[in-house]
Amino acid sequence: MTKPLLDVKDLRVTFHIRRDGDMPWALPRQLRAVGGVDFALKPGETLGIVGESGSGKSTLARALIGLAPATGRAEWIDGADLIGMTPRQMLKYRADIQMVFQDPLASLNPRMTVGQIIAEPLTTHHPGLKRDEVKTRVKEMMEKVGLLPNQINRYPHEFSGGQCQRIGIARALIVEPKLIICDEPVSALDVSIQAQVINLLIKLQKELGLALIFIAHDLAVVKHISDRVLVMYLGKVMEIASSDDLYANPQHPYTQALLSAVPIPDPVLEAEKSVVPLVGDLPSPMNPPSGCVFRTRCPRAQSACAEQVPALMGEGHQVACHFPGPLTEAEIAAVAAREARPVPA
Amino acid sequence: MALLEIRDLNVRFATNDGEVKAVNGINLDVEPGDSLGIVGESGSGKSQLSFALMGLLAKNGRASGSVKFDGQEILNAAPKVLNKIRAEKIAMIFQDPMTSLNPYMRVADQMAEVLTLHKGMSKRDAVAESVRMLDAVKIPDAQGRIRLYPHEFSGGMRQRVMIAMALLCRPQLLIADEPTTALDVTVQAQIMQLLAELQREFGMAMILITHDLGVIAGSAERVAVMYGGRIRESAPVGPIFADPTHPYTQGLLATIPRVDQEGDELSAIPGSPPNMNHPPAGCAFEPRCPYRLARCAGEDPVLDLFDADRARACFATVADVRARRETVILSADEPAAAEAVEEAPEGDLPVEIIAGAGMAGTDSEVKQ
Repeated sequence: MTKPLLDVKDLRVTFHIRRDGDMPWALPRQLRAVGGVDFALKPGETLGIVGESGSGKSTLARALIGLAPATGRAEWIDGADLIGMTPRQMLKYRADIQMVFQDPLASLNPRMTVGQIIAEPLTTHHPGLKRDEVKTRVKEMMEKVGLLPNQINRYPHEFSGGQCQRIGIARALIVEPKLIICDEPVSALDVSIQAQVINLLIKLQKELGLALIFIAHDLAVVKHISDRVLVMYLGKVMEIASSDDLYANPQHPYTQALLSAVPIPDPVLEAEKSVVPLVGDLPSPMNPPSGCVFRTRCPRAQSACAEQVPALMGEGHQVACHFPGPLTEAEIAAVAAREARPVPA
Repeated sequence: MALLEIRDLNVRFATNDGEVKAVNGINLDVEPGDSLGIVGESGSGKSQLSFALMGLLAKNGRASGSVKFDGQEILNAAPKVLNKIRAEKIAMIFQDPMTSLNPYMRVADQMAEVLTLHKGMSKRDAVAESVRMLDAVKIPDAQGRIRLYPHEFSGGMRQRVMIAMALLCRPQLLIADEPTTALDVTVQAQIMQLLAELQREFGMAMILITHDLGVIAGSAERVAVMYGGRIRESAPVGPIFADPTHPYTQGLLATIPRVDQEGDELSAIPGSPPNMNHPPAGCAFEPRCPYRLARCAGEDPVLDLFDADRARACFATVADVRARRETVILSADEPAAAEAVEEAPEGDLPVEIIAGAGMAGTDSEVKQ
């Protein structure tokens, strides 16, 4: 078996929150954003991370590059642990791990030209490069991501959202990283532009042999780009499986509910499909449910679910559930009946 | 008679950068109990269209044309007339429930205000009615929660409060402008199902504005696809998805990744949407269109019926667009392939015949 590029073991991120009105001597409350995540990423692989807002998917990504305080272990391919590194130690690995952010315009410095923006990682990580060398490499990269090299002296506001995201991708790629973490890279873009950016990412990944961690709330987009998919809920991993397997054969009730909620752009299929209704909202991460975090909304929850935290079990297709397996029509109907309520005339 | 009749609606904004033609020559009818979906990307004019109906345009915006609700002209009507119609006859819900609710008022007060103003109810009755409505939108413990402020609700619950508030006066038409865009998929499914149930129970018509074709597929009966401020195709929901006859609709459907399908590469629409400060002289989709003809650059096609209830605005023939859909898959990042399309036979589409009057909008654009 090849050594994983990144091996994450029991990664936890806890924020300490002080609320208005708390006494100065009171202990800060704990918000557990990520509660013990394990996964391994092979070189050149794409791992999709999905979950609702508040599930901790972005915090997980930020923890990996040292932007959020984390405990646990994240072993890079050379044996180093990325968690708890000093910024100086981290610098070496930042060239290998780059990030693309959600809001394309907000993640670019409005006072820098496109050329300066794309060149900055290069001059940071390779300070010895000559100026014209930097410029040629920036221009090459611009061409690679579908920007015109003669736009090198323009400013971010002169570009459209899709083009700004291309600039962000160029900036991430210029130092030839081994892993790019994309945090909702296409959610701010229009559908017709979204497809362009996704195709670009797939193309570049094939060309350069990159590994990708692709975070999104849009399950269709994740399915499209990922080799494997990790489903998160309230800071915990619910299910990890290969993309094909997860979408064709979801085992966790949460994954099934999430998949059934995605609208299908086809009126016939949309009318036929059965939606697993999820009752209520995501519980507060300040006060997560005992046992399985999903039990408060789970159609299959039983008393055992409140007592014991389900471990992530299985080879290849891993599920964290005491009672995995496809939901039956009867179970779905039972939840739907609970949900329905009379409407006043 | 249609509940809502929109004829030749235009919306213009005066900006420092010149006039922006946000909405051009829209003709639409909404029957009682109907649900109409309007799809488009950002900048397509779909939201400005709804703002114009409700008299909510920004100060530099001007709407022209005619909008009749129940036979009464409401476009640019006096605030006094509009206030009577808004909330009582036509209600609207917006994308972001947090910014559309008053953060300083308890939900009880904001909801009761609607009823005391429009129905002359006493405060006590109004609050009781509000609680009933919160129950109808399935907010648990409505009696207790009505005393809360908007920030104490989650996003999905806030959107339910918005819906309850919009329905208080039992409007005949509900305009929902991207009601689920800010919500998670699971919550989106809940809200869309709720809207469908309420629409059935209250027998109201709905205009659903969204960029998400998936949402449209599940909730609309008729669909109008907007691009560059104009309706490009309109048809019942079935044919729009099964047999799109406008190149833009076709491209849009092909670009959406789907959970129920395999496939490695998405077919993207090359280029980007038009800048409406400087719209193209001809068809706004021409620069991105794989079917473009010589005349497309200078002339904007008008929306034209080609079947009993289906209309499209395109110079390429229906047969051409259909044929291509079956044979060619558009490739991403490649310039639009125009060679597949020959000059369309003249007179194949009777461009002069339009439902209502759409020529005014077309003309002014060509002159510019």
